[in-house]
Amino acid sequence: MTAVRCIDLCKTYRQGDEDIKALDHVSIEIDQGGFVCLSAPSGGGKTTLLNAIGGLDKPDSGEIYIAGQRIDNLSKGELAELRLRQIGFVFQAFNLIPVLTARENVEFVMQVQGVAASERQKRAVEILEEVGLAGLDDRRPSDMSGGQQQRVAVARAIVSRPALVLADEPTANLDSKTSDGLMELFRALNDHHNTTFVIATHDKRVMSYAKRLVRMLDGRIVEDIEQDAA
Amino acid sequence: MHMFGILLRLAWRNLWRNHRRTLIMLLAIVLGTWAMIFMTALMRGMVSQMVADGISVLPGHVQVHHPDYRDDPSIANLIAISDEELSERFGSSADFLAWATRIRVPAVITSEYESRGVTLLGVDPLQERGLTFVDYDAVEGRFLESADDTGVVIGRKLATTLNTKVGKRIVLMSQDPENEIADRGFRVVGLFDANVQAYEEAYVFAGKATTQKMLRVGDQVSELVVLGDDFRDVEAEYNKTVEFIDGRAEVKRWIELDAYLGTMLSVMDGFVLVWIIVIFLALSFGLVNTLVMAVFERVREIGLMLALGMRPIYILGQIIVESLLLLAIGLAIGTVLAWAAVQPMKDGVDLSIVGEGMEMWGMSSVLYPELLLSDVILANVVVLVLGFLASLSPAWRAAQYEPIEAITKV
Repeated sequence: MTAVRCIDLCKTYRQGDEDIKALDHVSIEIDQGGFVCLSAPSGGGKTTLLNAIGGLDKPDSGEIYIAGQRIDNLSKGELAELRLRQIGFVFQAFNLIPVLTARENVEFVMQVQGVAASERQKRAVEILEEVGLAGLDDRRPSDMSGGQQQRVAVARAIVSRPALVLADEPTANLDSKTSDGLMELFRALNDHHNTTFVIATHDKRVMSYAKRLVRMLDGRIVEDIEQDAA
Repeated sequence: MHMFGILLRLAWRNLWRNHRRTLIMLLAIVLGTWAMIFMTALMRGMVSQMVADGISVLPGHVQVHHPDYRDDPSIANLIAISDEELSERFGSSADFLAWATRIRVPAVITSEYESRGVTLLGVDPLQERGLTFVDYDAVEGRFLESADDTGVVIGRKLATTLNTKVGKRIVLMSQDPENEIADRGFRVVGLFDANVQAYEEAYVFAGKATTQKMLRVGDQVSELVVLGDDFRDVEAEYNKTVEFIDGRAEVKRWIELDAYLGTMLSVMDGFVLVWIIVIFLALSFGLVNTLVMAVFERVREIGLMLALGMRPIYILGQIIVESLLLLAIGLAIGTVLAWAAVQPMKDGVDLSIVGEGMEMWGMSSVLYPELLLSDVILANVVVLVLGFLASLSPAWRAAQYEPIEAITKV
């Protein structure tokens, strides 16, 4: 089954007097259970493609399908519902809600989904343990290190077992040991729950975990290879 | 409903992210609420006192007259029911706080120096206690002792004008029903003081039976006055009086007899609303500014929540809940403070320093603040409703953010 299908996506940004082609006729298909890394130099279009797949940014042209449903023509509310139910996000910066504790941040998506309090608390504590943050449940983001915050963000992205996880430079602020732990967690979820991962990264260590490596340059896909993951 | 918990939690914690700003805004709301409720209580007290004083001057809560009396308040227009019959009916009823029958006619009072036009009130002092504005115990000399009393009690100001005093004689002159001069000499037995000096000049009290004799009206009276428990609701007394009079005279509520006082009450209701809205408008600038700043500082978070799947309507809800929470805390504290401020003033505030100016408006120089539950509710509801409306603009703006633009905002 196809998890993500993009057809001929184009997106141009205006920067000063210059038009920047962030996506230049990009087409890509990712199967359910795929573990794909998008790599590109800065401005290569990987984050734009990730945002378009997540319904956060609309392409100028082209079509996007998530689990068979076309999303590029959905309303704001419909896109929000799609992101809530089907997609987990890990952003480049830490992006936690500062007034909530680690556990409350992890619970946030489940709470919006309407999961019962006892169930979401149980799951939040479990996932925090899984990402190595046991005992830090009640800490606010300002009381955690960058790495800890990123792991909370990862925990939030995967706690409700979304079919698709989109991660933009998820290890950018982590040390190598934590990065490896995080990637192994992603792979475990991928292997055991058939969760699809699309990860935009510069990090060669992260790329080594990917089953499929897509290289982009100037908004185009220049290489798309299957590889033996680490 | 499951969203309310998270919206409330976010709103509450976001409120205290910037303690100083929230406390300043809270202080403004508390002061505004206090001013709304406290000043309304003072104004209500002032108007109620004005109405109560006005009613205590003579009207009572319900009055009975000859149908033509209001156009021509002369001795020719007496009630067609005898004083004895009226006394029998009203005296046997427990439905009234107080009642009295009176002779009330225009007259001329003459001392050896001056003459003045006055309103002569022939009263039974036992019936009048509780109905009249005159404090019997504060009268210089004495008040009338019975309906047969042959003395008169006049106002201190009138005594000064007539150059007379207790113990001296004056002459009262009016007309009898045959349009013949009816006059009589009286000894001044007492001088009364009134909150409003005009009353001291206008009214002269004489015994009812003595006045009836002087005017040759037998057992008839000009008016019957009834007093109930609360001037705001006189329907029970009115209906009972109508039943007793049975169409043989005109029965009127005080509000129909004194349109000025009645209008004061309704104008006051409108004024309270305008006062509350004006104060809120001043507050709303601060409130909207606080919310705009709060939204501006949290653009990335709002973008994150939208990206994670929170619908824009809940972003709107979060800002509004935050605003209402701030208002609710401010309202609660402001209301309690206003209540606390009114308590020590319940026995009256002496405003005699500006008393003369107030008398022009028919007000007493002692002010009794009146804190009505309906005014407290009105102030709270108006602030919450208008606060909700004022919050819509910044909340709407927050809900319109594009998630990716908001997240990447520096």
